[in-house]
Amino acid sequence: MAGKIFAVVVALITIVTAYCVIAHVWWMPVDISVHGPKIDHQIEETVLVAGLLFIAGQVVLAAFVFLYGGARNRIKQIPGGAKPLIVFAFLLVGTEIVALSFIGSKAWGAVYFEAPDPASMRVDVQAGQFAYYFRYPGPDGKFGSLHPDLINEGNQNYFGLDTDHDADAKDDIVTAELAIPVNKPILLTLHSKDVGHSFYARELRIQQDFVPGLNIPVHFTATQTGRFEIVCTQLCGLGHYNMKAYLSVLSPSDFDDWLRKQASMQ
Amino acid sequence: MFAATAEKNIFLGVKIMPATAAQAAVHHAPPQGFIRKYIFSVDHKVIGIQYLTMSLVAVFVGMALSWAMRIHLAWPDAHIPLLGWLSPSGAPGGLMTPEYYLSLMTMHGTIMAFFVLTAAPLAGFGNFILPIQVGAADMAFPRLNMSSFWVTLVGFILACATFFIPDGPPLSGWTAYAPLSAVGSVAGPGQGWGQNLWGLSIVCFCIASLLGALNFIVTTLDLRTKGMTLPRLPLSTWGWFIDAWVSLLAFAVLLPTCLLLVLDRLAGTSFFIPSGLVINDQLQPHSGGSPLLFQHLFWFFGHPEVYIIILPAFGIVSHIMPTFIRKPLVGGWKVITFAEVAVGTLSFVVWGHHMFVSGMSPFMAMVFSVPTLFITIPSVIAVLVWVFSLYHANIRFDTPLLFSLGFVSLFISGGIGGFFLAQPSTDSYLHATSFVVGHFHFTMGLSAIFATLAGFYYWFPKMFGRMMNEKLGKVHFWLSFVLVYCVFMTMHLTGFAGAVRRYSALVDDFMVPLIPANKFMTIAALLLGATQFIFLFNAIWSRFKGPKAPNNPWDATTLEWDTTSPPPFDNFGGRQITVYHGPMEYDGEASVMQTSPAESVAGT
Repeated sequence: MAGKIFAVVVALITIVTAYCVIAHVWWMPVDISVHGPKIDHQIEETVLVAGLLFIAGQVVLAAFVFLYGGARNRIKQIPGGAKPLIVFAFLLVGTEIVALSFIGSKAWGAVYFEAPDPASMRVDVQAGQFAYYFRYPGPDGKFGSLHPDLINEGNQNYFGLDTDHDADAKDDIVTAELAIPVNKPILLTLHSKDVGHSFYARELRIQQDFVPGLNIPVHFTATQTGRFEIVCTQLCGLGHYNMKAYLSVLSPSDFDDWLRKQASMQ
Repeated sequence: MFAATAEKNIFLGVKIMPATAAQAAVHHAPPQGFIRKYIFSVDHKVIGIQYLTMSLVAVFVGMALSWAMRIHLAWPDAHIPLLGWLSPSGAPGGLMTPEYYLSLMTMHGTIMAFFVLTAAPLAGFGNFILPIQVGAADMAFPRLNMSSFWVTLVGFILACATFFIPDGPPLSGWTAYAPLSAVGSVAGPGQGWGQNLWGLSIVCFCIASLLGALNFIVTTLDLRTKGMTLPRLPLSTWGWFIDAWVSLLAFAVLLPTCLLLVLDRLAGTSFFIPSGLVINDQLQPHSGGSPLLFQHLFWFFGHPEVYIIILPAFGIVSHIMPTFIRKPLVGGWKVITFAEVAVGTLSFVVWGHHMFVSGMSPFMAMVFSVPTLFITIPSVIAVLVWVFSLYHANIRFDTPLLFSLGFVSLFISGGIGGFFLAQPSTDSYLHATSFVVGHFHFTMGLSAIFATLAGFYYWFPKMFGRMMNEKLGKVHFWLSFVLVYCVFMTMHLTGFAGAVRRYSALVDDFMVPLIPANKFMTIAALLLGATQFIFLFNAIWSRFKGPKAPNNPWDATTLEWDTTSPPPFDNFGGRQITVYHGPMEYDGEASVMQTSPAESVAGT
């Protein structure tokens, strides 16, 4: 009896889980990046491969417990002993390693192995407890250098720019929102002013940590206009849950207007 | 307490054979007086029970912390009176602050990972059972063994003490990433003395684990009784033995890592802190350190750690299953043991899969991804052995077997999540989401807990001489099994929707729609926790009022069932034990004890 109950419970758990995944009860938001479809494809492929393994594993477990849980059976080992199981494991998982890892590395490579487009628009991103700030180079196209000792939240000098002596820094535009033009390659440089943070934009399919002491490049191209959340996913302290910024993907003309407006507010 | 000759043999390394002479020399005199017998005892059985008792306290503390967190996530305005009493500043009037949420989360992870999941299956059961299973009178170094426990207990007390200092416990998570954990109280509440105590607590735990691992290795190699060859070792002893090696190599890295962290905090060094950090508008005095170095060192320990937690579970389940399915495992001792060795070895070359999005070179991601996928091969082999051993079995559904079957189901489910997190491309979306939380709770959390519970129900009669109540045991299993899936499978699913972990409130655009799912998980988690009180009641009640246990209540074959329940202080009452068989001599109703000269029934 216990065997039959166990089998039914395991089967029900398997069915409910499979339903939730297949019906996308909770699922990823629509992708808005050029590289995103490759990642989505890889996730779907993994859902298929791993999902079949999940169902097979639970069903065989449930079936054996169901079948051999009741009557006194004549004790027998499976024909062939452990060898077929070992061969099966090597073949099955070996195939999956080839399928997922080697073919799937293209999705990773599309994000990280390709050099950014030289014509990319560059934005400097700084994370600190518990806000992001974004810096555009201004008309001269050059970022001013950073002086941590000049960082002062009170003066709104979030980056530590020396606007008195550094000509490059004078026209830098600092904002609290990341606005970008649609369909234009973007190159972000992530750096942290204090502790570890992360840049997680679900619709862009990008998650990248900020590591204090390192400048980390991230490049992408957004394909749809709209307003999307960027959240922190690296534990950074008490305000971690509330550390976020918005990504505004704008048409080129809207973006130019936005940037002009921001420049006038500096 | 033990003879110098045995020690000499061990250090010269000449006695890696079953050593009856050494064994006879090592056993100690019966303990005298209450303190020697029950408190500062060198008896491995008392030490095993001390470890298990500490873990039992720890697991209920850890569970209470998870309750508070789950309640706060589902009902952010809820007042939890006890919490207000515990920390008037962290939870004024019982209403949790965001920083106190992170403190509870840090301590939940720390207490569960170290003082429950690492301590109970290896140090707890390993201590009580391993020496008996190899036919020894005690561990190789009984006094070292005693100090292992007491140093662990000091670690546990230091961890708990963080709740009672003014700033409260640290909030940097059980992984304590630098520089958040390294710069001191400027980074937030609890990052002052709370984080210091945390570091010292883990240092204690590392020292105790290293001493314990050494003891397990030497005991297994050197104190086996006559006829107890390596192939005749019970699979649980194999699990602990392999685990001790992994433990020895991994804790040897965490120990200096924590010491360096403490030095950065207290001695002004900069191992993990780079220059130019501005925290709270204050320029930090450090320069030249690397936060990524901390992550590499931590995960070089941290990934083997999850196998340190799961390998004893492999062993315990592989040991329990044959008894209740009344047949040997497919492939005998070899297949499952080689799978464990492969898992243990590979566990040292996969740590970078925790760091795919950390800023580590993206090329390195491929290097760590492939061995991570490879480690599924021995894991799948182990699962296939457990599942296909059920073929044509005579299954007896006692509680230990139910929890073992539950372990197999949970381990399969947990392993599936691994496919997503082993690949950098899919991990870059799912990293730091609740998918990861669900995944590791299945694989190393609840799988190991289910195996530990299986072991508890299985060995309880041996440890205390009384049987546990089967009916309550079964109720405990069925409710736990279903509720575990309700909580942690839902976490996997919400992870796909981008639910971020370690958030003390669900205020993001993405998190708000997930509030109903979080309420469901909270209710299931509260019920799951309540279910554990059935277990606690069963254990305490049976300890004093349960029916007397016979020597061998499960018709098992290994040495611990060939002595009284509980065993005498020298385990076999002065008998010379000789072993004639492997540990899995089962053929339906028939079975042959390892010590019986009778003919084999299973041919393994």
